[in-house]
Order: sequence, then C-alpha cells, then structure tokens
Amino acid sequence: MTDNVILRVKDLKTYFKLDDGILKAVDGVSFDLHAGETLAIVGESGSGKSVTNLSIMNLVQSPPGWIAGGEVWFNGKDILKMPPEEIRTIRGNKISMIFQDPMTSLNPFLRISTQMIETIVLHQGLSKKDAKDKAIEMLKMAGIPAAEKRVDNYPHQFSGGMRQRVMIAMALSCNPEILIADEPTSALDVTIQAQILDLIGDLTARLGTAVIMITHSLGVVAGMCDTVCVMYAGRVVEQGPVGTLFSNPKHPYTKGLIKSVPWLDKTNDQRLYSITGQPPNVINLPECCPFYPRCEFVKEVCRNTYPATVHTADGLDVSCWLYPEEH
Amino acid sequence: MSDQDTLLEVKDLKLHFPFRDGSFFNAQKGYIRAVDGVSFKVRKGETLGLVGESGCGKSTTVRAIAQLYKPTSGKVLFKGLDLVSASSKEMMRARKDMQMVFQDPYASLDPRMTAGDIIAEPLEIFNGRKITNYSKKEMVERVEYLMGKVGLSHFFRNRYPHEFSGGQRQRIGIARALALNPELILADEPVSALDVSIQAQILNLFKDLQEELGLTYLFIAHDLAVIQYISTRVAVMYLGIIVEVASSNDLYRKPLHPYTQALLSAAPIPDPEIERKRQRIILTGDVPSPDKERHECYFYDRCPKRMDRCKKGIPPLIEQSDGHQVACFLYE
Repeated sequence: MTDNVILRVKDLKTYFKLDDGILKAVDGVSFDLHAGETLAIVGESGSGKSVTNLSIMNLVQSPPGWIAGGEVWFNGKDILKMPPEEIRTIRGNKISMIFQDPMTSLNPFLRISTQMIETIVLHQGLSKKDAKDKAIEMLKMAGIPAAEKRVDNYPHQFSGGMRQRVMIAMALSCNPEILIADEPTSALDVTIQAQILDLIGDLTARLGTAVIMITHSLGVVAGMCDTVCVMYAGRVVEQGPVGTLFSNPKHPYTKGLIKSVPWLDKTNDQRLYSITGQPPNVINLPECCPFYPRCEFVKEVCRNTYPATVHTADGLDVSCWLYPEEH
Repeated sequence: MSDQDTLLEVKDLKLHFPFRDGSFFNAQKGYIRAVDGVSFKVRKGETLGLVGESGCGKSTTVRAIAQLYKPTSGKVLFKGLDLVSASSKEMMRARKDMQMVFQDPYASLDPRMTAGDIIAEPLEIFNGRKITNYSKKEMVERVEYLMGKVGLSHFFRNRYPHEFSGGQRQRIGIARALALNPELILADEPVSALDVSIQAQILNLFKDLQEELGLTYLFIAHDLAVIQYISTRVAVMYLGIIVEVASSNDLYRKPLHPYTQALLSAAPIPDPEIERKRQRIILTGDVPSPDKERHECYFYDRCPKRMDRCKKGIPPLIEQSDGHQVACFLYE
C-alpha cells in the first residue's frame, strides 16, 4: 500500500495565536492518500477538518495562524518547505480545492469564462482561445446545459447547484492529481446534493483524481468514500476503511457519532443515542484525551495523557486507552 | 379523528409576496407565491413534521400561522379561533398558547440580555398586558424551573448568550418558548445549525418535553431523517404546496409522490453497505421560481413519471389509505 501514496501528511500541527492563548486547531494529524482514493475527513465544527486542508495547501492565514510542525509530502517533496513560487505551480494545478459556499468562492465581478481561462492559461500554457474551449468542455462534463453560452455568464446568474458544478469544472480543469472538497454539498438541498456528489464521484473516477472529502455528514462518507479519518479537537482519533469503521468502530467518539445520527429506514420508536456534553475548547487544552469529559469509558489515564495510536487487527488506527498497544 | 382533537387547522393558506421591478417608478411586477394553498390539521399531542427543500415555503407557512406575516388568504384555526381575522387582543391571548423556536440560536437571542432575562421576557410581556400575573418571586422560580427542564444549570442565569455554546443557546430558546406553558410549539429548523452530537441531544430534549408537558409540535426540518425521528405525521412541501401527508412510518416505507420518492432516495444513509446498494432517483434541474401562477402539476418540470395529464391540471390532495394523502395523478 505504501507505493502508490500520493500525499502523505505527517504529524501536522497548525496553531493560532489568540488573545486567550494558543489555539491548537490541528494538533498532530497524520494520514496517507493513495492514488485514485477518496478519503473522508469527518468531524464536527471546530474539530480542525478545514484547517488541516488549508495547511496542506499552505493557505493558513499568518498571523494569527502558523504551521507549527509536520510534513506534507507530495511527489517526493515537502510542500511546507517549498518557496511560495513553487507552491503556486501546485495549488490549483496538481492539487485543487472546492469550497462549501460556491457564491463566496467565485468572483462575482468576473465572468465564469474569465475565471476559468485565467487558471488554465496560467497552469497549462494554452492560448486564450484554446483555454476557452477547454473551459467549455469542462463545463459540459460538469453537466452545465448550453455551456457555450453559459460560460460568459456571471456567477449570480447560476443557481447554487449550478455554481457548485462550475466550481467543480474549474477545479478539475487542470487535471489535478488531488481534489480537496471542503463540505461541497453542505449548503445545498438534498436532491441537489445527490446530483453534485454523483458528479464528483463520476468525474474523479473518470479522470483518476484522488479526493479528500471534508464533511460532517456520515451519510456522505458512507456513500462515496473509501477511507475515513474521524477528527475530534484537532486530532485524528480513528481512521481506516469505511466499511470497517462503520460496522465495527473502535473509538467511543466514533461509536457515539454513528449512533447519534437519526436513520431514515429505522423506526422512530427508540430513543436516539446522544453523546453528553459538548466539544472542548481547544485553547490551552491540557495534555489529555480531549474526549474524556464526554466518554462513557473514561479511565484515570485518559485525564493525563494522550493515547498513542494503535493499529488494530481489522485495519483501523485508533487513539484510545481502551486499546492498549499490542506487542 | 374527531374535531375535538384538532388543535390547529390550516385551510387553503396562501401567502404571496409582491415584488417590484426596482426601476424609478418601482412598478409591481408580480407575486412570489411562497405559500400557494396549504391545508392541514395538527392534532393535540402529536408532532407534525413539515419537510421540503429551501424555498418550498415551509418557514413562511409557519410564520403565517403565527401571524408574523399576514396571510394573503386562507384560514388558520387555532383552538377554534381564526387567527387571520382575530382582533389583536384575541391574537395576544392565542400567542400565549403558541410559541416559536427558531433556527439560528445565535440570531434569535438578544446578546445584551442575560439567559434569565431572556427566559423571563415572555412572562414580563404577558404580565404587562395583564394576561398573566406572576409575582417577582414566582418569575424567578419559573425561570429556574424552566432552566432545569431544558437541562441548563440555573447558576447560568446571569450569563449572556455569547457565553453559551450553540446547543445551550438552543436550550435557552426552548426554555423561552416554554415560559408561558404553551400548547403548541412552532419549531422552525431548530436543529439544523447544530452539530450531530448536539443535534441528538436537542432532538431528545424535544421528545422528553413533549412527553412530560403534553406539547404539540409543528416541526420544520429539511433533514428527512430528523423529521422521521421526531414526527408522528409528516407533510412534504414542494413549491408552496403540500404534495403528500402520511404517518411518519408510512411515508418512509411507501412514499407515493414521485417527489417524496426522489427526496427519500437522495438522502444519504450512514451505512456503507446499505448506501452503496441503493438505487437513487436523481432529479434533473433545479426547483423553479414560484413567481407565476401554475395551471399544471407543481412538480411537472422535474417529475420522472410525468404524463400528459399532469400538464392539464393541478392534482388535488386525495386520501389514498388511512390518513395517507397524496397530490398526484398517478393514484387516481
């Protein structure tokens, strides 16, 4: 499995300096992304999912934020140590991103064509005319009807779902190796969400793009991802193949999360499981398991020391004191 | 069901917002038909879930029921009183029994009032109108009781909203809605802004309160699984009308309307084995703008099962089997 790793994130730490202290938004995150794989990063708001991915692209605003440590290996090079000019040849080209709100991530003053051509000309060195043809081709692929005409429209002339299609077309226009999708469907309605997820799945499979899908919806993870990282308070508490993680989760947080989502095809007679309490404030968090105040299985050791990551027999990596290191 | 069980009845409710062209004369160009003829009943002690995509008119319906928007036409019968034609005095009394919980727990609480003051405010207002008569001491007790009911420690009563998390704020909003001992709670997407683990807590709180206090809910959500969990019956809205009403379990086991079927199939299920085997009905296109009067089925443009018939008239909401109503020509 190690040979086709295209992105390796190792012990990534991103901190923010705030008036109240240091906020450890991402605190030691590691994962591997393989070629053609769809990896989900799932967690609640404030768990550090988005900051992890901004850090991969070195887009964390500084100050107040900075990358305090770690490595991001892509094509044999550490992105975090690259000079800005070199990162620019990767960003939007080999690794591209789509965001949650397609209205705020498109420039409202520029035509779609202008925005798409800019990217294509910059990264692929095509002439403007060829770039426009390419843009139209991509829009067609993303399912925009009458793409030849629509390419000259402004973002406000598209509906939310259509805008997200434009974003996807734009992100995939340079044949990236990795697509980072940050909550791409959270702002959309269910029926539109289904359309967009299908589109992302189809296109990336066709182009062989690996996807990092950031989401808070376990349903989205179950439907289209191969592996999953569960984040809590800036750390990955559990990761592994989607099937195993859903059928046999190890970490009490993952278990609770899966049980607390209401299900469509279950009857509503039983009471919904709920994790008590609320996510911790990650400012000046002491060296402990951040989940211990909400955990049913809390032990003395959980209050003082963060558990090491253990690789279990069924292929999950879990950070919890319930699973002592096996020797 | 006898009429005595009906707490709220909405009859052919319409709400059309005029829109203008924005020119110098600002001429009126037409209407946005946000709610275009909605009828349903809410029985005492049940939860009616209202589900639909954004822009389908579910929030507008609830606001029109609470008379926050004046309906264009139609009737809202609450405990036999038509709120649309009620005098302001009658309305004030009715409001005591009908309270709202809002979606955004950040925007719906006054940032300059303490939690205790926010919860006590309805009591103060109704004291001022001489509808209730709480003494200072009773009010303090009531606030403490309510905070306990919604799972907040009464030591927090002097804290301001920004000191609470989203889930706790929603609890304050619920305590405020309960202050006057209402019979009906209109809950407008009360869990949509919350994280999964907090959402489960608040949903359970709604269920517990209903059991303890015998409340009736009109509950809006766009998440089908949430609606299924909380509701006794569910009404599905599309483009300002109701296309299907059924008991929660019926609706999910055998949805009849093509829109309901698509909506259910599009909602992801958090289990990889089930999710990957499911056949999805992917609807094409977007929801049309509700700015024209329609003479064909409201779902015609996107319906995968449309027939010639559907172009010629609007299907009425007809009862198919025990309490299962659907507005579709497929089931005539």
